[in-house]
Amino acid sequence: MKILNILTKIDRRIIFLLIFFGVAFPLLVTINFKLGVTKNVRKVYNMIEETPENSTVVISYDYGPSTKPEIQPMAIALLNHAFRKKLRVICVALWPMGVQMCNEALETALQYFPDLKYGKDYVNMGYKAGGMVTINHMAKNFRSTFPTDEGGTPIDEFPILNGINNFNKIAFIIGLSAGDPGIKQWVQVAHDSYGKPVAGGSTAVQVPFLMPYVNEQQQLTGLIGGLKGAAEYEKLINLPGFATKGMDAQSIAHLIIIMFIVIGNIGFFASKKQKN
Amino acid sequence: MIYIMERIGVWVGAILTFAILSFLYKDNPFYKIAEQIFIGISAGYWFIYTIYNILIPNLFTPVLTDFSNNRLLLLPAFLGFLMLCRLLPKIDWVSRYPISFVMGTTAGMSLILFLRSDIIKQTSETMMNPFSAPDLAATIGQLILIIGTLTGIIYFFFSKKHEGVFGTTARVGIYFLMVSFGAAFGYTIMARISLLIGRLNFLLGDWLGIIKP
Repeated sequence: MKILNILTKIDRRIIFLLIFFGVAFPLLVTINFKLGVTKNVRKVYNMIEETPENSTVVISYDYGPSTKPEIQPMAIALLNHAFRKKLRVICVALWPMGVQMCNEALETALQYFPDLKYGKDYVNMGYKAGGMVTINHMAKNFRSTFPTDEGGTPIDEFPILNGINNFNKIAFIIGLSAGDPGIKQWVQVAHDSYGKPVAGGSTAVQVPFLMPYVNEQQQLTGLIGGLKGAAEYEKLINLPGFATKGMDAQSIAHLIIIMFIVIGNIGFFASKKQKN
Repeated sequence: MIYIMERIGVWVGAILTFAILSFLYKDNPFYKIAEQIFIGISAGYWFIYTIYNILIPNLFTPVLTDFSNNRLLLLPAFLGFLMLCRLLPKIDWVSRYPISFVMGTTAGMSLILFLRSDIIKQTSETMMNPFSAPDLAATIGQLILIIGTLTGIIYFFFSKKHEGVFGTTARVGIYFLMVSFGAAFGYTIMARISLLIGRLNFLLGDWLGIIKP
């Protein structure tokens, strides 16, 4: 019964410490747990794969530094895939810090594509406040929504934006989001109002709320969820990065948490039985 | 010089990370200091960011360079100015006008979008013939979707006492809700662990240089 008492009274700091070391260890020593690819992530991959070369696409950076570890790996992987397929990428941001996130992702992705030119193959339009109103306005008049890029250069100077007046010549939109405004608004306006294919990449916390949009009507074509989704995407494009490395740590941490949930439950039921 | 400044930045980041993490042991002055620094810097940063990235490009520059085509911008600017009247107790009631404008337009836009995307489209998604699915797994999945949706909605119907067949159906709905809470909890753990991985990657990589960041 002494063990029972210990099990029900484990100091939470011991759990924190174990998780800390459980996460740190796999970062130091590679384990390489097996990772499968889920249907929703493959759908995003297929969408890019099936888009004709030289098509123009929009990637929206609707997150900030607080969720960077989760979303930045998928942003880099998606840019790599889009550039590999010779797609032209227009970056926008519904979150102020999304601009910085976009620049960092571009910097990393462009290491593999040094020949790509700013303004011709990709452009960063910067941040625009307004959420769903901005998306709606973008769909009606892209040029007046973003008269300049993030550096203040008029958009007429960028060949990538020739003929882009609304969403008509945009092949698809990918929203990378950590909250509101984000994927939900892109679905509501860009897909449901203007019929544009929309895919998403989100934090794990958001996945249960966004999953219903991945349906037969393809409100969301596909969804990359959290670090695991990013790791799956890295596997699909055969470019292991931060997410792949992080999944070992993620798995160990989950094992530790599951172990403590089981221990806690054993302690709880045993003490209940003892009382009875 | 740039390298030295970068290293100082990394050290400050590492010290503040430990100060924040120290809260896991117990509340302490280091945590409090880090928390106050974070709040202060965030407030200052957003203030400057709003001026340079929202007010200047979206209001001041268009109005000052091409007034005749942008004079309409003075209207939202005026509403924004009225919002600041909250700071003056004698005329703080004026700020209710811009607030009511924002509430009205947001409610009007959201109503249509939510009705279409979250009610009509989501409801029609459950109107299907599960037996026309291509395989057995899909049929079972679609049946679970229909049963889960119906029983879940019945659970939230409180105009009739939950007893008898109605109560049993509502109870099935609770089980579906519990599964969804469990999934949400699992995803939340995954998200929080991802943030810890990000911090440890910074500490072990950028700060200590033990691993490649």
